[in-house]
Amino acid sequence: VCFIPGGLDCSISFVSHVLGKVCVHGRQKEILGVLVPCLTDLTKSDCIWQRICWRLVECVPDRWMEAVVLGFVQRTPGAGVLSRLLGNLVVKNKKAQFVVTQKILLLQYGHTTAVLQNLLGYLSLDGLRRTLLLRVLQELLETWSSSSTVKHSPVEQQLYISKAILICLSHLKEPEIESCRQELLTSMMEGMKCHLDSSLPKLRRLGMVVAESISLKINTEGPVLKFEYEEDDETRELKSLLVKTPSFCVVPSLPDDDRSEKAGAALPLVPESNEKSRTAAPVVPDEELDAELDSDDDLIPYDMSEDKELKIKAPVYIRDCIEVLTGSRSEDMDKWEATVKALESLVRKNPAATREVSVELAKILLHLEEKTCIEGFVELRQRAQVAVLTTDPIPVAKYLTSQFYSLNYSLCQRMDILDILVLAAQELSCPKFHKKTKYSGAQKPCIQLLLGSDSSKDWRRIVDERIKSKTRRFDTGQSRVELASRPNEFSSVAGYFFFPLIQHFDRPLTTFDLLGEDHFVLGRLVHTLAILMYLAVNTAAVTAMGKALLEFVWALRFHTDSYVRQGLLSCISSLLLSVPTEQILADMTEMLLETQSWLGDVMEKDPDGDCRRLALQNLLLMENLKKKLEAVPS
Amino acid sequence: MALPPPDPVFVLRGTSAAVHTLHFSCGGPEPDIPLLFSGSENGFIHVWNLKTHRVDTALDGHGRKSVYCVKTMGGKDRLLSQGRDQRICLWDLAEGRTSVTDSVFTEHVGFCRCSLLKVAQGRWLMAMAARSLEEVQILELPSKTSVCTLKPEVGAKLGMPMCLKLWQLNCGSQPVLLAGYEDGSVVLWNVSMGKVLSQLICHQEPVMSLDFDSEKAKGISGSSEKVLSIWSLNEQQNLQVYKTHELVNAGISDITIRPDKKILATAGWDHRIRIFGWKKLKPLAVLDYHTATVHCVSFSDHSNPRERLLAAGSKDQRISVWSIYAET
Repeated sequence: VCFIPGGLDCSISFVSHVLGKVCVHGRQKEILGVLVPCLTDLTKSDCIWQRICWRLVECVPDRWMEAVVLGFVQRTPGAGVLSRLLGNLVVKNKKAQFVVTQKILLLQYGHTTAVLQNLLGYLSLDGLRRTLLLRVLQELLETWSSSSTVKHSPVEQQLYISKAILICLSHLKEPEIESCRQELLTSMMEGMKCHLDSSLPKLRRLGMVVAESISLKINTEGPVLKFEYEEDDETRELKSLLVKTPSFCVVPSLPDDDRSEKAGAALPLVPESNEKSRTAAPVVPDEELDAELDSDDDLIPYDMSEDKELKIKAPVYIRDCIEVLTGSRSEDMDKWEATVKALESLVRKNPAATREVSVELAKILLHLEEKTCIEGFVELRQRAQVAVLTTDPIPVAKYLTSQFYSLNYSLCQRMDILDILVLAAQELSCPKFHKKTKYSGAQKPCIQLLLGSDSSKDWRRIVDERIKSKTRRFDTGQSRVELASRPNEFSSVAGYFFFPLIQHFDRPLTTFDLLGEDHFVLGRLVHTLAILMYLAVNTAAVTAMGKALLEFVWALRFHTDSYVRQGLLSCISSLLLSVPTEQILADMTEMLLETQSWLGDVMEKDPDGDCRRLALQNLLLMENLKKKLEAVPS
Repeated sequence: MALPPPDPVFVLRGTSAAVHTLHFSCGGPEPDIPLLFSGSENGFIHVWNLKTHRVDTALDGHGRKSVYCVKTMGGKDRLLSQGRDQRICLWDLAEGRTSVTDSVFTEHVGFCRCSLLKVAQGRWLMAMAARSLEEVQILELPSKTSVCTLKPEVGAKLGMPMCLKLWQLNCGSQPVLLAGYEDGSVVLWNVSMGKVLSQLICHQEPVMSLDFDSEKAKGISGSSEKVLSIWSLNEQQNLQVYKTHELVNAGISDITIRPDKKILATAGWDHRIRIFGWKKLKPLAVLDYHTATVHCVSFSDHSNPRERLLAAGSKDQRISVWSIYAET
C-alpha cells in the first residue's frame, strides 16, 4: 500500500480500522506477515514513515487494540523495531498500556521468550516508557514473591514470570536500581523463602536462579548470593537472559559478515599456540637420556612384587563389625572405614549370623554418622541397611517403622527409613534379583538355578529326561530360556512394611508433624506407600493394603501441596494395577466410584500439570478395568 | 628372577614402647662393643649391645616423655638426646656413668629433631626449633651460646620447621642449614649471616624428613603424601627440583642416606622400609617386616664395610636390624 505524504490523516484511520478488524478476527498472521516487514523497512530511517506508523496504530479502536498490539509484539523481529513501529503507544493509549503491562505479563503465560524480550526491550528504549518498565518489574516481583502464587499457580506460569523478571533486570540502569534497591531486596528475601519452601525441585531451582540474579544486580561489589544446584539447560537459559541482548537481534545482512570475519581471524591464532607448546616439550626428554653410566648398576634390586597398596583388613565377623562401629577408640579410624566398606557384603554372606543381631545392627546403622571422609558414605550405609532389612525383614521392618514415628529423629533420617523400605521391598519382590553367594541351605549343584524344595523338582527332571530319550525329535525349535522362578519373599512381609507406616500419620509429635509443617516428608511417605503398593502385586495382603490405602488417600485428597497430591494419585494407580480385579469389584466398588468423581475434578481443575496427567491416567485405568469386567462373560 | 628381599639379621625387642629414634655407634676400635642407641615413647633411651642383642643400659632423663632424637657427639661416651619434655640433654656415659651433664631448655613443643655439626675439636653447632613458631635457633655446644636465630620474613607462612640438617662443604667453609617446613618447602639458610639463600617448594604437605649429600649437592625429602622429592643445589646456592619419585603408599617418617652415598633408606607409614639407589633413585628393595608405622631408619658407621647394618624402629615396639647391600 503506497501513501502520498499529502492527505494522510483520513486514509490512515481507515487502514487502522481495517487492520483492527482483521486482527480481531484472528487473521493477524496474514496481514501482519505482510505489513510488518514492509513497515520495518520503511521506518528504518524515515521519520515520516515512523510517524505514519504510529498514527496507524493509535487510530485502531479500543475494542480491537489488544489483538493488534499482541500481533505486533509477537511478530516484530526485535525491540528496536517494535519501538519504531509502535512509538509511545503504551503511554498514550490506556488499553494498549493494560495489554502490554498487565495482560501479556501477568494474565497470560503462553508466549515465547522472544516475545518477552521484545516487549520489555521496547519498554526500556524510551525515557517515557521506562517508568512503565519499573512499574512492571515491581508488579512481577510482587507476584513472584507471594507465597500463594508459588503454591497454587502452574509451574509454567512461574517460569514465565521468572523470565520476565530477569529480562527486566537486564534492562535496568544503575540509578534505577539504586532507587528501588530496598524493594528489590525485600521481594528477593520473601520470594526466596516461598520458593525454597516448595516441595517441587523445579520451583526451588527457579527461585534460586532468580534470587541469585537479583542479588547480583543489587550488590555490585561485595559478596553475592550463590546457591548450589545442578545446572541444566533451563538454568543456563535463564541466566543468559540476564545479559542484555542487543536491540537488533534478528538482522540478516551486514553485522553477520563482520562477525564471521572476526571468527575467521581468530581461528589461525589458535593452531599457532598449539605448535609452540609442542616444540617446547621435546627438549626435556633429551636431557634425561643423557645419563652417565653409573656404578649403581651393580646393585641388584630384590623382588618387589609384593609391594602393593596397603589395605587395612576389615573384620570378618558381623559381631566384630558391631564392635568396631560402636567402639569409641579414635585410633582405629582406618578399621572403621574398612568396616563400613565391607559391611554390606558381610551381611549378605552371613544371613544366619546377621539374623541374630539384625535389630541391633539396624539401630547402629540408622544412627551411624560419618566419622572420617569416605567416598560414597551415604550409599554404603544405605546398602548395608538394605542388606540387613532383606536378610531379616520382619523384626527390622518393625523396628524401622516404629522409629519413623518416634521423637528426635531428623527429617533426613526419617526419609532414609522410607528409602530403605522401598529398596528392600524392591529386592524382595523382584524375581530376577539373584545373589550368587548365599543360601546356607542344602543346595545340590544342579544345572538349573531353581531354589526351593529340591526333591519335587528332581522327579520332574528324571521324567523329562526319560521322555526325551524315548521321543524322536524332528525339529527342536527355538529354545526359550525360562526365567528361574523364586518364591516371592515380599509376600510374607509386605504387611509389616506397609501398615505401620500408614497407621500414625495423623498423630502429631512435638518434633514431627506430618500434616503440618513437614508436608515434604508426607509427600515422600505417600510416594513410598505407592511404591510398596505396586510391589505388593501377587501377595496375599494386597487387598487389605488396597483398602487401607484408599481410605488414606481419601482423607488427604484435598492437601495443598502438589507433591503430596501427585503421590496420592500414584497411590491410586498402584492400587488399580496391583489389586486383582475381582477383589476390587468385591470390596471396593463404592469407594472407587467416589474416587472416580474426585479424579474427574482433579483432572479439570488442579493447577498442577502433573496432577492432572496422573488423574487422567487413573481414569483410563479405571475405564480399562470396567472394560475387562464387561468382557468377561458373567 | 629377582630374589625375595632378605629377612632382618636380628630383631631387638624389649623397649615396651614405640621406638622413635635410632643411632649407631660402631666405629670404635676393636675391643669396643658396637652399640645402638634407641629412644622410645616411654622416655627411656636404651643402649643396645649389638653382640649380645640385649640392653646394656637404660637411661631415664626426660621425665617419661617421649624421646625423639638421639645422637652421639664424637664417640659413644657423649650422647645428646631430645625429648618431648622440651629439653635437650647431654649425657656422659664414659666408664659406665649414666648422668646428664647439661641440658638445654628449648621450649619447643613440636617434633622437630635437632641437627648437630662438628665445627672444631670439641665444638659443635646445633640447630633446633625454638619456642617461637617459625624460628630455628643455632647454638654452640658445649657452651650453649646462641650463634643466631633464623627467622623467616613476616608473611612467609612457612609454618613450623619439621626437620633440620646442618652441613658445611668442607672443614673451613661456612655452615649452612637446610630446613624443611610445614608448608612443604625446603629453605637453605646461611647460618653466619642468618639469611635465606634459597627456598624451594618441594611438597604440598609438610616435609617430614630430609637428608643431604654434600658431595653431590643433592638432597631428598619425604612428606605425608606419596611423593619423594629430590632436589639439587647449584653453584649459585639455589635449590632446584631434580626429580620426583612416586610411592605406592603415602607417608614417609624418615629418610637417611648411607655414609658411602650409595643407597638410601626410607621409613614409611605403610610399615615398610624402602631401599633406593642414590644415584638415580632406582628402587632396590622393600623390606616388609614391621606391623605398624616405621618411625626411624639409621645406617651404622662400621669401619669394616661388610659389617654395615641398617636399623629401623617402629610403633610396634621392635627394632629390626638388616644387612643389605653390605658387600658393595
